[in-house]
Order: sequence, then C-alpha cells, then structure tokens
Amino acid sequence: MSNHQHASLESEAGLGSYTAYTTGFILSLILTIGAYLAVTENLLSGNILVTAVIGLAILQLFVQMFFFLHLGRESKPRWNLVAFIFMVMVVFIVVIGSLWIMNNLDYHNHLTPSEQDSYMHTRNNEGF
Amino acid sequence: MTQAIPSTDVTKTEFGFWIYLMTDLILFATLFATYAVLKNNTFGGPGGHELFNMPFVLTETMLLLTSSYTSGLGILAAHRLDKRKVLLWFGITALLGLAFVSMELYEFHHLYVEGNSWRRSGFLSAFFTLVGTHGLHISIGLLWMTTLLVKVYRKGLSTATIRKLSLLSMFWHFLDVVWIFIFTIVYLIGVA
Repeated sequence: MSNHQHASLESEAGLGSYTAYTTGFILSLILTIGAYLAVTENLLSGNILVTAVIGLAILQLFVQMFFFLHLGRESKPRWNLVAFIFMVMVVFIVVIGSLWIMNNLDYHNHLTPSEQDSYMHTRNNEGF
Repeated sequence: MTQAIPSTDVTKTEFGFWIYLMTDLILFATLFATYAVLKNNTFGGPGGHELFNMPFVLTETMLLLTSSYTSGLGILAAHRLDKRKVLLWFGITALLGLAFVSMELYEFHHLYVEGNSWRRSGFLSAFFTLVGTHGLHISIGLLWMTTLLVKVYRKGLSTATIRKLSLLSMFWHFLDVVWIFIFTIVYLIGVA
C-alpha cells in the first residue's frame, strides 16, 4: 500500500509525499525525545542545557516547515518563503526587544523605594 | 466568477491563508515575549518546577505531533481522491486533537483547583494566556475539522473541499510548530 502511494506521489513534489511526511515525523520524534531526555535525565545543565534545548526546537521548526508545510519547495516566486522570513524577523524583534527592554527596566528597579525617589528627583532637576 | 479561474485560485487561496498564519505567529510571539518577561514573577507562589508534570506534557506533545502527521496522510489521500482514507486519517487526527485538548483542560482544571489559577501570579497569568490561546486555536481547528469531515462524508471530495482540507492541514501543522515552542520554552526550560 505504501509503495503504491510512494510511486504515485513522488512526482508531485509541491504536494509532499508519503516519504516526506514520514521522514518529517520520525525526525520530529527524535528531536522531541532528545530534548525531553536532555532535561529529565540531567544530561546537561545551566545555560548549555537551555541553549541546546532551544537549538533542538529550532531544528524541529525547520524540519516541520520543510517536510510538513513544504516551505522552500514551491515554484519560483517564493512568496511563502519571503513572508516566512519577514515573520521570523518581526518575531525576533518583538521577543528579543521585549526581553532587552524589560531586563533593563528590571536592572534600574533594583533600587530601594527611597533610592528610586532620589534618582527620579535628580533626573527631574536635570530635566528629562 | 471564482469558478472561472480554478487553477491559479488554489495557490492564491493558500498564499492568503499562509499570510494569516504568519500574522498569527506574531500574535504568539507577543505572548511568548510576555511569558518570558513574567516567567520569574511567581509572587511567592509555585514556579514551573513545582507545577509541571513532564511525562504528562510529553504525552500531549506526542498526541499533537502524531496528529500533525496523520493530517498530512489525510491530504495525500485527498489528492488521490480517496474519500474513505480522507475520513480515516482526518478522523484519527480529530481524535488525537480531542485527546490533546482534553489533557490540557485537565491540566488547567488541576492547577485551578489547587489554587494556582491565572490570578495567583504574573507567571501563571502569562502561562494560562499563552497555553490557553494555543488550546483555543486547537479547539477551533477541531470544530472546523468536524464540519468539514461531515461535508466530505455527505457530498464527497470536490475541488472546494480538497482546498479546504489543505488549508486545514496547514493550520494543523502550524499549531504543532507553535506547540514545539510552548513545549520547549514553557515546559522543558521551566523545569530545567
């Protein structure tokens, strides 16, 4: 049965094929279980663990975008890919930007309330 | 009028839907950013370490990943005009999706009755908003899938239903991609 599907659909590259979906599924399974075990079995720790786990998620993003959503396998004016790349840029700005601003705010907030008052007063006298 | 240009119409519809998915990802990005900012603001309450049951979450992840795969198999069947297989694979997809939503609702209920609702801390507000928005998308997808499958069952596969099935499977794959990041950023890093 699977051979029949395989043969009839392999030519329709744009629509994906049985092999593409199965490959994507197996790779996703491996990446998911790998990330899970890295955390639960304490294979790594600290920042290395966080970086590794996020790296595996990004790898799985590409696997599923390619094998399940057929990204980058469309015919020439690749608008889907262009829209995707633009979206990645926006997401990057929103997420990294928020974290940057809020951490900076948090850093300034390490003052006690009276320290904060005097800080605000000096800033006010200097003129914002 | 729309009938007059069938071949290019399909790709245009899919492109339009793709643009919707990209904007929806930006919605999720803002919720991820909010969660990342509020992650440590537990207000003396429990954090991810105390709250998350990892084998439970891994099961949810596997259900959704498998359903993404079966919806792909459903699309292959649709392009072969195999109505029986379409109903089978999308039926399995719907059941897996339903199991996923049920598990998520169970988790939410469990947190709520233990006093760890969205009102407990900034961390939990962000958690419920992010995970809940994803769950809402899945629920809407299930509703869409059910009505579409009833239509396919009654009227068979037409150009229009095949196009709708392919949009639905794009939506479903997309939700699985979002879940990878919820699984990683909320749950895995939450207990790491």
